[in-house]
Amino acid sequence: MSRRRALMLTLVLLGLPGPLPAQAGAGRPVVVASKPFGESFLLAEMFAQLLEARGFEVDRRLGLGATEIAFEALRTNAIDAYPEYTGTGLLAILRAQPTADAGEVYRRVAREFRERWGVRWLPPLGFQNTYAIAVRRETATRLELATLSDLARVSGQLQAGLTPDFIGRPDGMPGLQKAYGIRFRAVRALLPAVKYQALAAGEVDVIDGYSTDGFIARYDLMVLRDDRHFFPPYEAAAMVSPGLQRDLPAAVAALTELSGLLTETEMRRLNRLHEVDGQPAPGIAAAALHALGLTGVLPQQTSTGRHRSASEVLPYLWDQRSIILSLTARHMLLVGVSLAAAIAVALPLGLALERRRRAAEAVIRGVGLLQTLPSIALLAFMIPLLGIGVIPALVALFLYSLYPILRNTYTGVRDAAPEAVGAAWALGMTPAQVLRYVRLPLAAPVIMAGIRTAAVINVGTATLAAFIGAGGLGDPIAAGLALSDTRMILSGALPAALLALLVDGVLGWSERLVSPGG
Amino acid sequence: MSTAGPALRAENLSKRYGQLLALDHVSLDVNPGESVALIGESGSGKTTLLRCFSRLVEPDEGRVLIEGVNAAEIEPIELRRRIGYVPQEGGLLPHWRVRRNVALVPWLRSMEAPDSLADRALELVGLEPAVYAGRWPRKLSGGERQRVAVARALAASPAVVLLDEPFGALDAITRADLQTTFARIRGELALTSLLVTHDIDEAFLLADRVAVMRRGRVEQVGSPAELRERPATEYVHHLLVRARVIRA
Repeated sequence: MSRRRALMLTLVLLGLPGPLPAQAGAGRPVVVASKPFGESFLLAEMFAQLLEARGFEVDRRLGLGATEIAFEALRTNAIDAYPEYTGTGLLAILRAQPTADAGEVYRRVAREFRERWGVRWLPPLGFQNTYAIAVRRETATRLELATLSDLARVSGQLQAGLTPDFIGRPDGMPGLQKAYGIRFRAVRALLPAVKYQALAAGEVDVIDGYSTDGFIARYDLMVLRDDRHFFPPYEAAAMVSPGLQRDLPAAVAALTELSGLLTETEMRRLNRLHEVDGQPAPGIAAAALHALGLTGVLPQQTSTGRHRSASEVLPYLWDQRSIILSLTARHMLLVGVSLAAAIAVALPLGLALERRRRAAEAVIRGVGLLQTLPSIALLAFMIPLLGIGVIPALVALFLYSLYPILRNTYTGVRDAAPEAVGAAWALGMTPAQVLRYVRLPLAAPVIMAGIRTAAVINVGTATLAAFIGAGGLGDPIAAGLALSDTRMILSGALPAALLALLVDGVLGWSERLVSPGG
Repeated sequence: MSTAGPALRAENLSKRYGQLLALDHVSLDVNPGESVALIGESGSGKTTLLRCFSRLVEPDEGRVLIEGVNAAEIEPIELRRRIGYVPQEGGLLPHWRVRRNVALVPWLRSMEAPDSLADRALELVGLEPAVYAGRWPRKLSGGERQRVAVARALAASPAVVLLDEPFGALDAITRADLQTTFARIRGELALTSLLVTHDIDEAFLLADRVAVMRRGRVEQVGSPAELRERPATEYVHHLLVRARVIRA
């Protein structure tokens, strides 16, 4: 796939029309995606392997941003299928009021998604994965906690560590507060990757998790019963794009084979293998499909699991070197192409604005506004226009790189040694000569500094490209965060940091190289 | 055109910047080989008048003649390359070595061997090319930098040189050195020069005639002796008293 993507990229950059969209029928790959957490990875991997076993070609885009990005991609046919939860569809996408009846929720989302977007919910997979409020077993025993009503009684003494998502969603903390009167002494926003450790270490007393979570067993946690049935049903199901239904109905039928086959116990076991024992998702998915009788031959087990502590990072990195190398290459491609394009636009624009100073501030501030857009939001906006993958990532990185280069070019050229510029002008240089021989060389270090800033920001921001399936060093970071796997996070973060240092160093050196006046 | 006429002539020039009348119907001649100094307080219009001669400022009214030719009919870039110019702070290009700075105008005019023209100009201002030609501007003292700026104005052998407070930022001793050097060069080359300064002593030292400007008008033009003996207005008189050129 990567060669094909590279080809697409080349064609786009050359301004040539890309290959035509794949026609209906054989030959068109099914794009299977997931959201960035363990269970979503596993289910997507099962979808993918099931489709492959039925003879379909599959393109995996695992770990897409969040609900908005994954759904936007599905709606616009950038991806074909991903696992979603009916409750999330109801609350996060339809923004409807929650109801307690699982069948009713499924029927509602199935109908509304079909009518509004032509998106199809396949029959549920068979288990629910609802929010679970968990405490340490020791806390539960000491305070005699079994239900959320019990928790409400003592919540004033407890500190909660909740995912930012949960803090904001109506079916999260705000609703919980209303339904049970729970008011914690303090609420801290914690990412999934750290909240379990924070709970185990006693930094917080209560966290939000998922009922099928593998971590709950790993950390010996106690899930408190939702005795007032506040959380709506979250039945897992495959969601399918309008395009796939039109192009490959047989693939939709193949995915339906999984419906109703996965119990909550089974899913929790699979999640534990993945999240606690550290087994890779493909192996677990293959074994699970085989055990369900959906695939014939069981492929051999390739890995027995991994250690997940930060120790032995170096051997792990060495082990993963070829993957890391190719991710680094992809990362550099993203950074290099977007930065080159930004230079090609911002540099001439900065020079042009220097001649039209009245318009300059307005234009530069406008470009600066782009900088304030949250990157995930920008990526989500672009999906309807550009789909997912390398192209939208390049466009986003390009937009983020414009401002530092434009600002530095403009101010650098504008403020370059005014007395020298005045003299050059008075002695008969043409405006073009003043620009070429005086302003530009004198502004070069400032312009280089802008490029350097843009490049370093770009290396960091490019890790977010993983959330729209563009690959790069963000892939292991996103997956590692989802699986709470420190070494996996480091296998992306360390090379990214090194790359940033390297880029900074090289550009710093070239900054001195262009410094005028010996 | 006519070699007998003035090298520079300003006819009835007016220039307005918003509310401010920078030049108010100013006329002035500079004859070939003559040195004229423009003196006056800041805001009196002297720099504006100077800049009209190289079309760095376009007057609203009146006209400028360069050797009898209407300056408005001369391409401004071409005009500036023909006239020497020494700005206030030197304005050397900091990223060019001394020789390249001095060779600027010969290079712009595509003259032959700009580097040897530059070296000759350096010698003229008293800077040994072997020592100075390869230096960066920031390695020079303030006086050396102004000498380089003068050399740069002279490298293409212009008939006319405009100087905008060329020695104003220097200490007294260095300034005196440069004034002496300039007086010598002017004699050697029979230069026509127009010099803006706020230093009356400098004006009297370097100029054949001095024009006193005030509020965009020329109050009096005359030789130092004429000014000393017959100040035309109260203002000129006060100016000279204040500068201790004449007694109260």
